[in-house]
Amino acid sequence: MKWDWSAVSDFMPHFWDGLLVTLQILVLGSLVSFGVGLVWALLMRVPSRWVTWPVGVITEFIRNTPLLVQLFFLFYVLPEWNITFSALTTGVVAIGLHYSTYTMQVYRAGIEGVPVGQWEAATALNLPLARTWTAVILPQAIRRVVPALGNYVISMLKDTPLLMAITVLEMLGEARLFSQQNFQFTEPLTVIGVAFIIISYLASLALRALERRLVH
Amino acid sequence: MTSGLWELVLQGVWVTIQLLFFSALLATAVSFVAGVARTHRLWIVRFLAGLYTEVFRGTSALVMIFWVFFVLPPAFGWQLVPMWAGTLALGLTYGAYGSEIVRGALAAVDPAQKEGGIALSFTPWQRMKLIMLPQAVPEMIPPFSNLLIELLKGTALVSIMGMGDLAFSGNLVRLALQESAEIYTYILLIYFVIAFLLTRVMRGLEKKLKAGVGKAPQKKTAAVRVPEGSGVS
Repeated sequence: MKWDWSAVSDFMPHFWDGLLVTLQILVLGSLVSFGVGLVWALLMRVPSRWVTWPVGVITEFIRNTPLLVQLFFLFYVLPEWNITFSALTTGVVAIGLHYSTYTMQVYRAGIEGVPVGQWEAATALNLPLARTWTAVILPQAIRRVVPALGNYVISMLKDTPLLMAITVLEMLGEARLFSQQNFQFTEPLTVIGVAFIIISYLASLALRALERRLVH
Repeated sequence: MTSGLWELVLQGVWVTIQLLFFSALLATAVSFVAGVARTHRLWIVRFLAGLYTEVFRGTSALVMIFWVFFVLPPAFGWQLVPMWAGTLALGLTYGAYGSEIVRGALAAVDPAQKEGGIALSFTPWQRMKLIMLPQAVPEMIPPFSNLLIELLKGTALVSIMGMGDLAFSGNLVRLALQESAEIYTYILLIYFVIAFLLTRVMRGLEKKLKAGVGKAPQKKTAAVRVPEGSGVS
């Protein structure tokens, strides 16, 4: 096994570029998934089968099919319908949408975890429905699901390399480009592999600290 | 779509199913070995199993696949057939998630069961085989079922390496037809049907195993990814 440190130092500038893109995808994708997931969760509470059934089928479909094929779908089909986004935007939308079907279940659990007394108190105070949700239920529900949402952010981090397949130059994309130009595969791929392990380990430590703070 | 193109898609389905089968087998074997090793009395065994879990869970499945395809051959001088390279990468990655399920389910068995085994002077191996595993395995089925769906979704990644699986055949058909909406819809539907069948099979398995230890199956399990840093609990 040959290990070439000069290849590592040559790769590092590309690595930082890729890391920046990866973090960008992660932050934007998380925001999309938190927002859309909440919408799904609220729609599932609508007391009508005409709403919950289609939402249930759509989210189940998105959750049980590969993100990679969904990426291809958005990347190649949207232009045919004359909707053009940059590859990065398409990727963020796809990954956010995919994970929203997971976060919706987290929200659901959080909403169901709010004690019934809170609903009854809101009714007794004659709060309108919108205010019951925004001022009473959601603040309590979301606070308790933050750690679970964080777990999905870490999962999402490990799915960001898929965006390489639609030409986004995140960490793995940069590593592949560098390897193909210099015929050195071992160093860049190992560097980003280690980077993933370090980032997700640090993220899970941070999450554990956050969890402790929120519980008390 | 012509019948020739459908044949291509069917070949893709077959490759995906083969890959799913082999990597699920490897992942199950690895998760039981690593999961049981984490309850071992020697700290070094526990440490090594924990290290494996952290490393393989920490990295991305796609990065693993790249590593197995591009770094292993020059490093060790052997080149794997794509099918086995894919199986190795997917099996080891998802096996790490599975080992957490096994560890969690073993930890959830009532401690009195283990103490009973000690009181009857069973060897550690007998305790594991005759007392712990028969009670823990039925509890593992729902999380393993979710993991199996994740693995199915993970098999699509090998198409990036040019393996002719379902996702790859979709790309070929797209190039042939110069039209994407139809073929990708079909591909997504096929994945969804496979996932649906797999959940049904796992549900049946759960029912059978739980009946074996005198328990009723759970009413409904939400499809959740295996949480980071914690067992099934």
